[in-house]
Amino acid sequence: MSKSANALMLVLTICLLGGTSAPSAAQQMAGRDATRPSAKLGLGRAATPEEITAWDTDVRPDGRGLPVGKGTVKQGDDLFQEKCASCHGEFGQGVGRWPVLAGGAGTLKADRPDKTVGSFWPDLSTVFDYIKRAMPYGNAQSLTNDEVYALTAYILSMNDIVKDETFELNEKNFTSIKMPNAAAFFEDDRETSEKHFWNKSPCMKDCRPAPKVTGRAMAIDVTPDGKSGPKVE
Amino acid sequence: MLNRRRFLGAAGLTGAGAALSAIPALAGETAKSEALITDVQDWQRYLGDGVDKHPYGVPSKFEKNVIRRDVPWLTASAESSVNFTPLHELDGIITPSGLCFERHHGGVAEINPADHRLMINGLVDKPLVFTMDDIKRMPRVNKVYFLECAANSGMEWRGSQLNGCQFTHGMIHNVMYTGVPLKVLLDEAGLKPNAKWLMLEGADSAGMNRSLPIEKALNDVMIAFAMNGEALRPEQGYPLRVVIPGWEGNLWVKWLRRIEAGDQPWQTREETSKYTDLLADGNSRKHTFVMDAKSVVTNPSPQAPLKHKGRNVLSGLAWSGRGTVKRVDVSMDGGRNWQTARIDGPVFDKSVVRFYVDFDWNGQELMIQSRAIDSTGYVQPSKDDLRKVRGVNSIYHNNGIQTWLVRSGGETENVEIG
Ligand code: HEC
Repeated sequence: MSKSANALMLVLTICLLGGTSAPSAAQQMAGRDATRPSAKLGLGRAATPEEITAWDTDVRPDGRGLPVGKGTVKQGDDLFQEKCASCHGEFGQGVGRWPVLAGGAGTLKADRPDKTVGSFWPDLSTVFDYIKRAMPYGNAQSLTNDEVYALTAYILSMNDIVKDETFELNEKNFTSIKMPNAAAFFEDDRETSEKHFWNKSPCMKDCRPAPKVTGRAMAIDVTPDGKSGPKVE
Repeated sequence: MLNRRRFLGAAGLTGAGAALSAIPALAGETAKSEALITDVQDWQRYLGDGVDKHPYGVPSKFEKNVIRRDVPWLTASAESSVNFTPLHELDGIITPSGLCFERHHGGVAEINPADHRLMINGLVDKPLVFTMDDIKRMPRVNKVYFLECAANSGMEWRGSQLNGCQFTHGMIHNVMYTGVPLKVLLDEAGLKPNAKWLMLEGADSAGMNRSLPIEKALNDVMIAFAMNGEALRPEQGYPLRVVIPGWEGNLWVKWLRRIEAGDQPWQTREETSKYTDLLADGNSRKHTFVMDAKSVVTNPSPQAPLKHKGRNVLSGLAWSGRGTVKRVDVSMDGGRNWQTARIDGPVFDKSVVRFYVDFDWNGQELMIQSRAIDSTGYVQPSKDDLRKVRGVNSIYHNNGIQTWLVRSGGETENVEIG
C-alpha cells in the first residue's frame, strides 16, 4: 500500500473510531489510490437516535421493543369498530374475503383448519408489531401506541384469551400473556423427517402400476377465464 | 387479412381443444405453394417503423397474450395479492423483468431513489444510514438466482385445481441480479458477536419484515439494485431488495429500508401466521426457508397444448434451493417409466435450469411428469409421497410432481393420478 493511502487509512480509522462530528470526512476518498480498497469502505453515515426511534418499532416475543403505553379491551372494542370492523368484521369474523382474526380454536387438526390469531399465532408480540406497522390497511402507521395496546387487548378478548372487558394491556403485563398454540411450532426438520426423499437411485423402469386419473382441474373449473371461484385462504 | 391470420397462429391457439394440424407434406414430396411466399407481403414492400418508435422497446404485438395473470378469487384486494409468470410462453432460463410474478402485501411502493434510505441498526458497533449513491459505490457482484414464492403450487395440495402451469407453478422467476454482498454492508456497521439474526424490513405500506439467520446473511445474501441489467422494476422492490438464494421468496424483502441485528428471531406475522407449515397432527414447522427441488413441464401444458403429431419438443424448468439441478427425468406414462431429459443452457447454483425431451407423438394419450434431482441427491417426490408426510393443510412448500394429461386431440389438462 502506498504511503499516501496509508495516511488516508489512518484518517479514516480515526474518523470512524473517534466519532468526529463530520462523518462525511470518511467519504472523501479522492486522494487515495483509486483501485485499492480498504477494509472499511467508509460509506454511509451514523444513524441518529431520532431516526432509529422513528423506524425501529419492531417488538419481539420477549417484549423487547415494546413502547410505554396502555389500552383496555373496551377502548380497543371502540377503536376496532371504528377502524377495523369494515374489513375484519365486528367480532373479527372477517367480512367477505378479508382476514378472519378470531375463532377457530381446536380446528388445527380438522379437515379445514381455521387459523386465526387465537387459534394459531404463537406470540402476542406479533399482533402488536404487525398492527403497528401495517394496519389499518391503506393507512399504516397511523395508530398511537396506546391504540395498538387497546386493539391488541380487544383481539385477545375476541379470542377468549382474556375474559374481562376492563382488562388493560400495557408494556408491563404484556409478556405474561401466553398464546394457546405457542407450543405447537417446531424448527424445520425436513432433512431428517423427510430423509427418504434423498435417494441415490430413483426408479427408472416399471416403477408403479398403470396410473388412473383421480382428479381433474377442469372439473373444478376455477381457472381464470372461467367463472368466479370459491373462497380460499 | 394476412396479418390477422398470423396473429391467430402465434397467439390465438391457446386454451383447450385446439384442432391438430394436418401432417404437412414431407420434404421431397409435392407441396402446395403458399401465398406467403409467392406473393410480396406488406412488410416486404413498405417501410417499417423508424428507430425511436419505442424509446423503450416492447414485445411484438403478436405476443400480447404473453402476460402475467392473476386469479381474482384468491385474495380480497389487488394490493395484497399475487399474479403469475406465464411459464408456458417462455424459454431459456432468464425471466423477462416485466413478466416476473408479483406478490405484494400493501401494493407497490413508489420511491424516488434519491429519497430512499437503508438503515442498519441493532447489535452493531455503529448504526448507519446509506443512500442509494453510497450503495452503488460498494463492490458489486452479478448472480442468477430463482425466486420462488413458498406458496407456489399451494392451491394444489388437495388435488388438481388450476388448469395451467402459469397458475400452478408461476410464482417463480429467475433473473440476474446486480448488487452488493450483504456482508459488505454489515462489515461497515460492524456486527456485535451476539448478533445471531437479522430483521429485514421494507419501506412499503405493509412494512414487510422477516427474520434471517446470520449464517445465511453472511454467506450468499446480497442487496440488489438491478435485475437483468437494468434497475429493479418497481414491482420487484425498486430501488433496493434483498436476494436470499434458494430460500422462500417472502424473505427477499423488497423496497428494503432497514436491517436490524438481534440475538433471536422476531417471530413476525410473515413467519408465524404465514409461512409456517401446518402438518396433519396440528403442529407446525417454522423457519422452513429452503425451497425443495422441484420441476415442471411448461410445454405441453394446459395453456400450451400439443398442436402437431410427429416431432415435438417437450420443455420445462427445474430448480433447487439446496444447490444445482443435477438431473431431470421425464415420464410420459404417469411415472411408470422415466427417461433423463437434456438440460440445455447454463447450470448455476440456485438458478433454474431449462430441460428438453425431443419426442415423436402419434396421438396416444400421455401422462407427462418431470422430477428434479439436485446436487444433494434430493429427488422431487410425488404429490402423494409429499402428502404422506405433510398432510394437505401446509399451504406452503408444495414441490410434488405435476401430472399433465395430454389427450389424443392434443388438449392438455392438470390431473391428479392414483
Ligand atoms: C381495508 C381493509 C382493512 C382494514 C380497515 C383493516 N385491515 Fe387488517 N388486514 C387487512 C388485510 C388485507 C390483511 C392481510 C394483509 C396481507 O395480505 O398481508 C389484514 C391483516 C390483518 C391482521 C393479520 C391477520 C392474519 O391472520 O395474519 C391483523 C391482526 C389485522 N389485520 C388487524 C387489523 C386492525 C387491528 C385493524 C384496525 C386498526 C385493521 N386490521 C384494519 C385489511 C384490513
